Amino acid sequence: MSWRQLAALFLEFMSSRPSLFKRLLSPDVLAPAVVGILAIIAWDLFVRITNLPPYLLPGPILVLQTLFQDWGELFPSLLITLKITVVAFVAATVLGLAISILFTQSKWIERSFFPYAVLLQTTPVVAVAPLIIIWLKNDIFAALVVCAWIVAFFPIIANTILGLNSVDHNLLNLFQLYRASRWQTLLYLRLPSALPYFLGGLRISGGLALIGAVVAEFVAGTGGSQSGLAYQILMASYNLQIPKMFAALFLIALTGISIFACLTWLSDFLLRDWHESAIKREN
Amino acid sequence: MSHNLTLTLSHVRKVYANGTVALQDMNLKIGASQFISLVGPSGCGKSTVLRIIAGLGRMSSGQLEWGGSYEQPKIAYVFQEAALMPWANVLENVRLPLKLAGIPKYKALAAASEVIALVGLQGSERSFPRELSGGMKMRVSIARALATKPDVLLMDEPFGALDEMTRSRLNSDLLSLWSQMRWTVIFVTHNIYEAVYLSNRVVVMAARPGRVVAEISIDVPYPRTEEFRTSPLYNQYCREVSHSLSAASLGMTDTSSDLQTASI
Repeated sequence: MSWRQLAALFLEFMSSRPSLFKRLLSPDVLAPAVVGILAIIAWDLFVRITNLPPYLLPGPILVLQTLFQDWGELFPSLLITLKITVVAFVAATVLGLAISILFTQSKWIERSFFPYAVLLQTTPVVAVAPLIIIWLKNDIFAALVVCAWIVAFFPIIANTILGLNSVDHNLLNLFQLYRASRWQTLLYLRLPSALPYFLGGLRISGGLALIGAVVAEFVAGTGGSQSGLAYQILMASYNLQIPKMFAALFLIALTGISIFACLTWLSDFLLRDWHESAIKREN
Repeated sequence: MSHNLTLTLSHVRKVYANGTVALQDMNLKIGASQFISLVGPSGCGKSTVLRIIAGLGRMSSGQLEWGGSYEQPKIAYVFQEAALMPWANVLENVRLPLKLAGIPKYKALAAASEVIALVGLQGSERSFPRELSGGMKMRVSIARALATKPDVLLMDEPFGALDEMTRSRLNSDLLSLWSQMRWTVIFVTHNIYEAVYLSNRVVVMAARPGRVVAEISIDVPYPRTEEFRTSPLYNQYCREVSHSLSAASLGMTDTSSDLQTASI
């Protein structure tokens, strides 16, 4: 392949996706970026002018420095928290979907079990976590996953059940008229109808799984070799390493935003052809 | 498809759980390949009749009998809304009944493409419902109904939500399809002009309780042209249907109804 061909290919590639560069300059990205930068400048000025000591409020530059400095400690912790979050989220998704389908197959199952799903949701995870950690004391990772799962699980079933039951009535009649089996109705009608609701549930759950993981880590405290970001925050606060606390906090926030962004992208991708939420309009 | 299918409804009665009498003693005979319209005010049970015929609703008492050489005729239903699956393109929507019947994919796709062409939508196979106009959506809905090669086509105010121009186009297209295929059509509408233009027979119904008050045969041969729609004969039929409708809605005993209808 000659130079020319390569250049042409590159140009073609760039012009086939002009949106990438444009998107970075779009108001959707630009506006919050400006707000963020202004806030950081204000924060920095505030710290400088008032001369606050770093153990009360460190400036943004110090936080960033600490982040790089303690990267060796913080990054493994980030991976642990992320692992708990992802495993809990996947479990919540799979089980949530399965349970939702089960509930909508029989009114009796839904009647009998749904209140307990609500109970699981309304009990604060901080209150149950110690119990779960005692029960699963041999496997702290599993205990933390269970805690995060409890938090993440409910929005998925609540949304998915709503979706599975929000089927166009005429279409349901049509399936009945053509003698569709229960399985066909589920596969070709109920599940596609529920998809936007299910994806909405995922977006809520993704963030909640992270919150659940962090809360559970707090409750678990300093035990064990596997210590996530919450452990780093706790230790930093004991040692008055406030910049490190901020750095860990920053990583948690960044993780939460990334999870939300990924799930939003997934939702837009899966619904791009048909759902109002994913369709770009001129007006 | 040879058509000697007949349908007889005798003394059909439908009472809803809340005590509303939706249908009271409905009697109707429909001959082979007929185009029947049910006309009436809302609440007269015309949609209920369709649902009972389709087997989507049960009657409280009475009998429904298919005649001819049919044990169980193939029924297709067209709803007032197009009722398309928004996540599926036109081809997939039309293929749905065939897919549910377990027909092999290549056969089903060929059959679906064929009916899509029949309703004049070739080229739009890959479009999604949101990209289509109201009239096109209704064409897809009709194509889906035709995909199974039905013996009976039940249509529940299919063109009610469309503008007049689209409605009149679809009326002529439906009629020309019907003259080729000769299904039995039972067409629910509240539009008198549409009913007269399309049907062999217009059945006028009244509400509370739902019942048949008149049957008017439209003895005009098919194909019916645009000239028919502007002819005095057409107007005369429309007036006749309109009269029995308003007589029904005013209560049939009211003899002063003639005065009222004169102004309509």
